[in-house]
Amino acid sequence: MENHPTEGPSRVSRRSFVGYVIGGATLIAAADLGLAPSAAQAVPIPSVPQVPELYDLNDFLSHCAMPTSNLIAIEVDEKGHAHFALPRMEVGQGITTAVSMLIAEELDLPVDHVHVTLAPARPELLFNQLTGGSNTIISMYTPVRVAAAIARKALLEAAAILLGGTVAQLVSKGGVISAPDGSSVTYGEAAAKAAKPTTEKVEVELKETSQHAVVGKPHRRVDAREAVTGKKKFAMDLDVPDALPTMVCRAPELNGTAVEIKNKGDVETMPGVTHVAIIPTGVAVRAKTFGQCIDAVRALDVTWNSGTVTTMSAKDIRAELKAGQIPLAVPKIGATSVEGEFTFHFRSGSALEPNCAVADVREGKATIWGGLKSPITAQEKIAAALGLLPTDVKVNVVQGGGSFGRKLFFDAALEAAHASKAFGAPVKLMWHRADEPRQGRVHPMAVSRVRATVLAGSVLTFEQRHASVATDFTHGLGERLTAEAAALPTGLSNLTFSESIFLLATEMPYNFGVVTQLLNEPKPAVDRFNTSSVRNIYSPDVATASELMVDQLAKKLKQDPVAFRRRYLKSDVVKRVLDRAAELGDWGRSMPAGTAQGIAIHKEYKGATAVLVEIDCRPETVNREVRDAVTGPRITKALVVADVGLVINPAGVKAQMMGGFSDGMCQALTYSNHLVGGQFLEASWDNSAYTRQWNTPFEFECEVMESHGSQPGGVGEAGVAASMAAVACAYARATGEMPTEFPINFHEPLHFEPKSFIPSVPESPTDGLAYTF
Amino acid sequence: MPSHTFQLNGETVTVDVEDDVRILWVLRDVLGVTGPKYGCGINVCKACTSHINGKAFNPCSVKVADIDADDEITTIEGLADTAPGDGLHPMQEAWLEHDVAQCGYCQPGQIMTAVALVNKVRKEGRAITEADLDTIRNVCRCGTYSRIREAIKTGQDAMARGL
Ligand code: FES
Ligand code: FES
Repeated sequence: MENHPTEGPSRVSRRSFVGYVIGGATLIAAADLGLAPSAAQAVPIPSVPQVPELYDLNDFLSHCAMPTSNLIAIEVDEKGHAHFALPRMEVGQGITTAVSMLIAEELDLPVDHVHVTLAPARPELLFNQLTGGSNTIISMYTPVRVAAAIARKALLEAAAILLGGTVAQLVSKGGVISAPDGSSVTYGEAAAKAAKPTTEKVEVELKETSQHAVVGKPHRRVDAREAVTGKKKFAMDLDVPDALPTMVCRAPELNGTAVEIKNKGDVETMPGVTHVAIIPTGVAVRAKTFGQCIDAVRALDVTWNSGTVTTMSAKDIRAELKAGQIPLAVPKIGATSVEGEFTFHFRSGSALEPNCAVADVREGKATIWGGLKSPITAQEKIAAALGLLPTDVKVNVVQGGGSFGRKLFFDAALEAAHASKAFGAPVKLMWHRADEPRQGRVHPMAVSRVRATVLAGSVLTFEQRHASVATDFTHGLGERLTAEAAALPTGLSNLTFSESIFLLATEMPYNFGVVTQLLNEPKPAVDRFNTSSVRNIYSPDVATASELMVDQLAKKLKQDPVAFRRRYLKSDVVKRVLDRAAELGDWGRSMPAGTAQGIAIHKEYKGATAVLVEIDCRPETVNREVRDAVTGPRITKALVVADVGLVINPAGVKAQMMGGFSDGMCQALTYSNHLVGGQFLEASWDNSAYTRQWNTPFEFECEVMESHGSQPGGVGEAGVAASMAAVACAYARATGEMPTEFPINFHEPLHFEPKSFIPSVPESPTDGLAYTF
Repeated sequence: MPSHTFQLNGETVTVDVEDDVRILWVLRDVLGVTGPKYGCGINVCKACTSHINGKAFNPCSVKVADIDADDEITTIEGLADTAPGDGLHPMQEAWLEHDVAQCGYCQPGQIMTAVALVNKVRKEGRAITEADLDTIRNVCRCGTYSRIREAIKTGQDAMARGL
């Protein structure tokens, strides 16, 4: 479906936009965040196509960002450098780089003269300050360019006065404005002159895509040098005076709480320890070093309340999901039906940087530093928890060490605030790694059932019922949806929030007759498990189940998987990525027994992805030995072809696809949390089998196709679904058995001895010098 | 309080800290050297990888008391100074060339591992193989593994040319 350009409130003509030069001593150019693309604002939603074809999750996120009508501003300093405080969070997805490129493009400035920082919580932006659903670039694309274009216009006008002559005669390039006679001024010289005493409304035109010199060309991340020299500062690297290391001793059961500390006095006198106190999530200890916090956590003797899932195991949750699943509508009709039921286990959403935050809560005021994707909600909820007004809580956003949806929540910031209040001293609070998979946010377990009917060589029906453990959306998105419900397309307002998100994000891109895909959460309480929309919400699991079934349908109709998909696909965008992947990946080449190719597609976020992999399931590969590691089938080659709409930074898009592949592959093969008796067994990276070098394909290639789209799409999550599905499809083709439980190694004997639950964290070894190389 | 002296990034440092505190916390919490990252504290994620006397080691799993006054510890902050010239270490340059880092949290450890691995195979008189790359244990939760493999090969060539 094409985007229908609509006339937003500040939009004058197709390429003309209105913004402001803000009155003040320096040049500040501003634009309305409501300039976000508005593809579906006025589009009626017919009942036959699925909702996301016309109005998807990103339209919803952009829509929610519109009515707040707030300004984002670019400042040009006396050196001619541009500064922009991005109301979003950088967690590795490359948005600071992409936004720097957009500003550099419209301002005719070198990218390294653009400085993008992360804005602290700005309550007036409401929903506009949430980094999720891969929506950042989509919603910032227009406003950022407008503000930059306004700054350039103001600089040119100032230069015209300084140099004499008219704006039309001047040329701006690389931060310098030149006149035909060869005289020139730098942006820095023009900037002071360009500042206005009062705010003025300005109309500008944006550059055409064909005029772009920076946007669309690969650009290295703006923080790459800091990252490789160790200078990049994460929350735990900040030097906040007196904020001493703090860790939390947690209950043996999931979400258990502390009743009493039996040896508080003893622990308080341990070396380095300064404070010990009960907080809502356990017992916090503050010490001179984190090592001494670990020792203190291990020494604590605590009476615990039981947790929220006490005796339940994965098989009980599976039974619960199956029992509560919405029934299929089309009856099973003998040989004409193709059916499958797929179980997706819990998996930890933890990044490599553990949950952490710095907090200083003293004398009725609080200051927080953390990697937060929804800082406004964090500010409100932390204020409420501390009994303060939101205006007394300052929330600073720090670059995060990965997020994958988890940092939509602010668990560590809230804990740090509680601990700092209890101690009356600033804290630098960090989770021990062992707590991350055990007590941190997980991707919800789900059971997906699919039934399709085939008659006379055609697919007549395709039904999918996805029953899931409830996903926690209480990070601001939910509240906003409730507020916006009346304005949403027909049919959405009566659904629960999760059902709406599912409907907005899930799209079956095939002409399979009657298609229904429904989500339900048999137990909707979100406080039983700690969940979040971990990269990403539903699509990897939904796509894996449906693409495996598509392969089954092709087999039943005796067609090649690629030819079958091509025949039934609705969208040319998807056909194009599929064809390209098949061509580049030499689809159908002959492979030895025990190895196979697999291919899968996915359509979401206004783009499409096709992934082709080759898998080796031969015993000599599966059983290869790596110390304390999970090996198993190996993906030897992976190819991702993506159409993500207008591309700002191809290098960044490829990086995101590589990361998405890494997630999708391990979710299919090795990565999960085992729930046994109310406890997750995994407790660190030696237990959680996330992708490692010994699982990495020898060859990885990503092609970002020239897009027909005129707006950028989301890339942070787009690569996961088709990757996971392609790996599952390849495994089925190599082994002749369709996997129905993910990861496929879930029922194999554990590759580790579970670590103790009391003490809740392991001791640090002392034999590190025996492993040098 | 016991006092401990060792060589850090080319300088002699002395710290007053209990014997059993692991070097990672001496670096980060006492000395404010934050390049080495915490990712597990049990020698499995390798985010803290640094060098001791030119070899890779994991400071989260070594007590400060086990280090001698003449032991040379190099963190990512000091890596560039171990290579000829004023610029970055060739492995850091290779990381930039391949635009490896995403969030960047694992990358100091990845680079320190890469340099040690290249030096190790060079001492064995050979070049890095796919099997060598498979032995790298550093976790990258952003999934930059493929670019890491490419960057190590580039870095190895530059190191061999003495850059
Ligand atoms: S923190 Fe040292 S290996 Fe993980
Ligand atoms: S770049 Fe984020 S963990 Fe490696």
